[in-house]
Amino acid sequence: MLLIPCPWCGPRDEAEFHYGGQAHIAYPDNPAALSDEEWARYLFFRDNPKGPFAERWSHTAGCRRWFNVVRDTATNEIHAVYRVGEPRPVTA
Amino acid sequence: MSGQPYRREGATGKTLRFRFDGRDYEGLEGDTLASALLANGVRAVASSIKLGRPRGVYAAGCEEPNALVQIEEPFPEPMLTATTVELYDGLVATGLPGQGRLADRPDPARYDAVHAHCDVLVVGAGPAGIAAAGVAARAGARVILADERPAPGGSLLGTTETLDGRPGHEWAAAEVAALEALPEVRVLRRTSVIGHYDDNYVIAVERRTNHLGAAAPAHVARERVWRIRAKRVVLATGGHERFVAFAGNDLPGVMLAGAARTYVNHYRVLPGRRAVVFTTNDSAYAAALDLADAGVEIAAIADVRQAPGETWAARCAERGIELLTGHVVTAALGEGEVSSVRVAPRGDGQAREIPADLLLVSGGWTPVVHLFSQAGGTLRYDEGLGAFVPGEIRQAVEAAGFARGVTTLRGCLEDGAQAGRRALAAAGFAVPSETSVPAAEEEPAAAPAEHLWLVEAPGDDDYGAHFVDLQRDVTVADVLRAVGAGLSSVEHVKRYTTAGTAHDQGKTSGLLTSAVVAHALGVDVGELGTTTFRAPYTPVSFAALAGRDRGHLHDPIRVTAMHEWHVAHGARFENVGQWKRPWYYPRPGEDMEAAVLRECRAAREDVAAMDASTLGKIDVVGPDAAVFLDRLYTNMMSTLKVGSIRYGVMCRADGMVFDDGTVIRLADDRFLVTTTTGNAAAVLDWMEEWLQTEWPDLRVSCTSVTEQWATVALVGPRSREVLARLAPGLAVDNDSFPFMTWREAEVAGIPARICRISFSGELAYEINVSSWYGLALWEAVMASGEVTPYGTETMHVLRAEKGYPIVGQDTDGTVTPQDLGMEWIVSKKKADFIGKRSFARADTSRPDRKQLVGLLPEDPGVLLPEGAHLVETSSLPEPPVPTLGFVTSSYRSAALGRTFALALVSRGRERIGERLYAPVGAELVPVTVTSHVLYDPEGARRDG
Ligand SMILES: [Zn+2]
Repeated sequence: MLLIPCPWCGPRDEAEFHYGGQAHIAYPDNPAALSDEEWARYLFFRDNPKGPFAERWSHTAGCRRWFNVVRDTATNEIHAVYRVGEPRPVTA
Repeated sequence: MSGQPYRREGATGKTLRFRFDGRDYEGLEGDTLASALLANGVRAVASSIKLGRPRGVYAAGCEEPNALVQIEEPFPEPMLTATTVELYDGLVATGLPGQGRLADRPDPARYDAVHAHCDVLVVGAGPAGIAAAGVAARAGARVILADERPAPGGSLLGTTETLDGRPGHEWAAAEVAALEALPEVRVLRRTSVIGHYDDNYVIAVERRTNHLGAAAPAHVARERVWRIRAKRVVLATGGHERFVAFAGNDLPGVMLAGAARTYVNHYRVLPGRRAVVFTTNDSAYAAALDLADAGVEIAAIADVRQAPGETWAARCAERGIELLTGHVVTAALGEGEVSSVRVAPRGDGQAREIPADLLLVSGGWTPVVHLFSQAGGTLRYDEGLGAFVPGEIRQAVEAAGFARGVTTLRGCLEDGAQAGRRALAAAGFAVPSETSVPAAEEEPAAAPAEHLWLVEAPGDDDYGAHFVDLQRDVTVADVLRAVGAGLSSVEHVKRYTTAGTAHDQGKTSGLLTSAVVAHALGVDVGELGTTTFRAPYTPVSFAALAGRDRGHLHDPIRVTAMHEWHVAHGARFENVGQWKRPWYYPRPGEDMEAAVLRECRAAREDVAAMDASTLGKIDVVGPDAAVFLDRLYTNMMSTLKVGSIRYGVMCRADGMVFDDGTVIRLADDRFLVTTTTGNAAAVLDWMEEWLQTEWPDLRVSCTSVTEQWATVALVGPRSREVLARLAPGLAVDNDSFPFMTWREAEVAGIPARICRISFSGELAYEINVSSWYGLALWEAVMASGEVTPYGTETMHVLRAEKGYPIVGQDTDGTVTPQDLGMEWIVSKKKADFIGKRSFARADTSRPDRKQLVGLLPEDPGVLLPEGAHLVETSSLPEPPVPTLGFVTSSYRSAALGRTFALALVSRGRERIGERLYAPVGAELVPVTVTSHVLYDPEGARRDG
């Protein structure tokens, strides 16, 4: 079980959180202007890297805040935790 | 001791009586079931799973591959190893053929869980673990020391080694007692660490009363699961001895050399009278000498090496033990147990048969790297040890002592102390300038081991009795067959042969299996690698994992304010998520069908009431609340007037229906949103996700108020009349209180919010009061005696007759509002809302999409099963049979006087009037497709 440092509450057990998939996938400004393919990419396509991955987590059983984590999907090492709206920090 | 013929002279302790395989025996306090059986000369303890061969005790700990037993009394428990079952008075057990039987009665014992945090967790209380824990604990760190055995000492328990001039196990006991007296130290005995996960999250199982049998106090949890989060972990898990593949290596009487040494020294039991020793390394010599000193005749030592350790050879000579260097054991012989051992020089030479009842085997020692590997560590092959040892690891974990390949007692103590120092530094403590370890005796200089895995068989032998996995009955022949079939990875061979998949997970045999695979492939063991180590390290009972989360504590139970009335009035309940909802209220003599038909008639023809409190309710408040709801729902909410109500549907971005419910505008900046009962939490999550991650600029807050309100749905043509009597201050005529509006008034003297909404098509009201008054309101509604209570089944029938879908029953995440026949709920005016863009995708406008329709079975008495598929033809073609769709809801209707169903059917609306067929069992039931609205399609009834 991961120990996830919530930016609002500090380190808490993974069981308190919900996973929210890849981060920095913004809802398009004007969906009507997108082609079917562009819209399908927004809906259905996500990266699945082996290595550092910026992803969203929600502290559902705690402060209920969404935030972002850079986690290595191969080792589970958490490189960075940052708040919604902040840019992805540079990590090793 | 006449009852225990193999008990050593002078062994003392309380006598315990036990029964095994139907015979009564005596053992001593401190015995395991295995040592007690050996003391009584019981050789065959179990039989093998596939071949039914007799099997005896092979090891002395959790690595035991053979001696599987079932405890019968005091409480049935299957699949335990006799080597880890502590003996108690009254124990009744039987040997197992590889499979046990679950208890036929409920387990009366309690199981519990504990959460703990520490600076340093030390796994294993052998020399290295105790040394590490001692250094960390004396510097003030919070230390947990866990060990699977009843007493600390690890390897010291089985040897005659001394520390600081006294027996090693005495030092261990005294040192651990001293550490335990420190305020920040916790020693967990009889505690197996079974899993090592991310961020040093470690699961251990503590067996608290198992060893007490019937004397176990009822108030103490039998087992406790420890969930430990440690800053730093020291894995001092020691090693397991492995055996060698030769013919008959599974016969009772064949035993690992180190295990025999433990039985002699620790349990005071002789595992035989006359032994042959077969070894690839020096360690078996200590065992042979300890056995010889205890009175076991050592007939010969067959050492595969030409040059064993000189000191050991000299000590053998002193005792007159015949040493056969460059020899192997080619076969253990005997009927049902070892009676002789065939020994031969390696290569050519004359074989000899030596009479013996015991054959000690040592194929070398394997570090226990399970937890290190589970924790994410890499392993590397150590040529000297002939085994895999810990390599790199990212987590704050290190192995110490033999677990990382340190072979001497002195080395293990020193290694443990160093690990303790590093753990202190890593956990932020001051590291003492020096640490001392107890003085160990000088050990003989070690001669290198020679890693022999497989004793070659004569040409006519098919390797069918050269076992590699005793518990799974896997032989060298099986492995060769797997390799011959083209498998070249140990993972594949494991799955093909099942080697390493038994209760012991190949602790003594995994490396041997790999080595035989490597031998067959002509590669090195190190090159081939290991199979993946996975939790649990040792078997764990489901009862321990379940802990207290059983029965009514398995999941929270939610009940409404009116629950006790429902119970008192004989309601049958259905589970909706965690809620207990009244399903129907049978009267004496009524079955479900009769009760539901009666309740439906009351709602359609008279007046009826349902407890609707479980509907999800969310307060949506803030200056931007209307904007927010416009983005969330497919229809317009911002135009809703204060005092009015609107039905709404929410979709996911892919355009599929996610939830539906009503939106009540309480003020310009305040809405009350209702959700389906099962989706209440998901809808709140959804709202918060969008507000926080996409629209943080919107000034809106959302609060769940589901439990703050109790709701009574009052339904039927006479509902207005009943409400008027209960709420004399409320103007209830249709003009004053029209459909889809809400009013505040006192109902039965209780402040209430009354909504004129209908989920049945009838004139109806939903009366909401503070949940404190829920029961009082319900009782007031029921007091007149003219209102029929109804449950969820009637609610389902009534809504289905009107074609109202239930999200999650008539939809499954692939259904759009348009598929449901609800184009009217999708706004054309709004620039955007969640899901809008998806309605322009080619997929959502496919003409062959499944659409919600009604079905009327041609026989009006036939009730279609929900889930039944629909086909076009009156007889089934050859499979695969193309299906047009499936039944989502199916009921008997009082109003229609017949059965009916809702279904999702490809091109359903085009098919209205067509006949389709539902395969039910062997029959094809003819049905006619109709509109999904089967009752009152004009909506004439909602105003009463
Ligand atoms: Zn938090």
